[in-house]
Amino acid sequence: MTPFDEIAIGDRRELGRYTFTAEDIKRFAQRYDPQPFHLDEEAAAGSIYGGLIASGWHTASVFMKLSVEDRVRMTAEMLARGEKPVMSGPSPGFRNLRWIKPVYAGDTLTYTMEIVGKRELASRPGWGIVFARNTAVNQNGGLVFEFEGSFFVARRTTSSS
Amino acid sequence: MPRICFEDLEEGTVDTFGPRAITREEIIAYASEYDPQPMHLDEEAARHTMLGGLAASGWHTCSFLMRMMYDGYLKDSSAAGSPGVEETRWLKPVRPGTQLTLRRSILDKRVSRSRPGFGVVRFRWELLDEAGVTLTEVTCPILFGLREGGGQ
Repeated sequence: MTPFDEIAIGDRRELGRYTFTAEDIKRFAQRYDPQPFHLDEEAAAGSIYGGLIASGWHTASVFMKLSVEDRVRMTAEMLARGEKPVMSGPSPGFRNLRWIKPVYAGDTLTYTMEIVGKRELASRPGWGIVFARNTAVNQNGGLVFEFEGSFFVARRTTSSS
Repeated sequence: MPRICFEDLEEGTVDTFGPRAITREEIIAYASEYDPQPMHLDEEAARHTMLGGLAASGWHTCSFLMRMMYDGYLKDSSAAGSPGVEETRWLKPVRPGTQLTLRRSILDKRVSRSRPGFGVVRFRWELLDEAGVTLTEVTCPILFGLREGGGQ
C-alpha cells in the first residue's frame, strides 16, 4: 500500500459496498454470535430490533474484508504507476466503535476510511502508525457504524540501498 | 424468563470461561473470508511480517471471544445487543493451538433511562493464554433486560 510518508491526514477512500443477505447474516451468527436476533427471523421479529440483524462483529469483519481488498487495489495502482508499494502491518487495537443503527437483512453498506492522524514509531524504525476514522452508511445514507482504528505501515523504502 | 438477567450480573465480580483452543484451520478460514493478509493465512509468509508467524486476525479474535461469551453466559440470558465497544487492545498475537481463557470483569451497571425495562452492564473481557498472559482486552457495554418489569 501507500508508504507511511505519503499518507496524509484528511485522505479519504471509499473501501467498497457490501449487501448483508439473511443467509450471510445467519452463517456468520451460527459460527460466532448465535443470539436469536442474528439467527432466527421469527425470534428477531419479537426482539427490540423487530427483524433479523447482522452481528456487530459481522459488520466489523466486512469492514476488514473491504479494507484488505482496497489495499490490494491500491498496491496494483501504485505498481501500474511505477511506484513502490510497502507492507502494511497489524493493528494494535481500536476505540469508540459504535453500532449506531441495526444492519437488517438486505441492507447495503458503503464503508469509508478517513485518515485522522499519524506518527513515526520510535520503538520500530522503518514503521509508522496511522489512525483512521472508519464509517459505514446504509442505502438510505444513514450512518450505521463507526470506529477509530489504527494500523502500522512501513515507511518509504530508499532506492539508494 | 432467562436464567441470567440484569439483576444477576454483579458489579466488581470476575469470572472465567473456557479454555477453548483456537485452531489453525479456523484462523485460516476466517482470514480467507474477512482478513486475507499473509500474517493470518500462511505460516511461511507470516514469518516475514511484524507478527513473526501465523496469528489470528484481531477481528477473528473478537468474534471468537463473542462466541465464548455466548456459550459462557449470554446463551440463557436477557442480553439484547450492544451500542458499541469502548476500546479493544490487540496486545499480543493469538497463535494457532492456544488454549484461550475468557476472563470477564463487570465494571459497572445502570438501569437504562432511554429504554424502559433494560439496563446496561459494562464489561472488560480478556483473552488469556495458557500462562495467564492477556492477549486481547475488550471494554464493552451490553444491554440486558430486567427480571422485574423487563424487556425481552
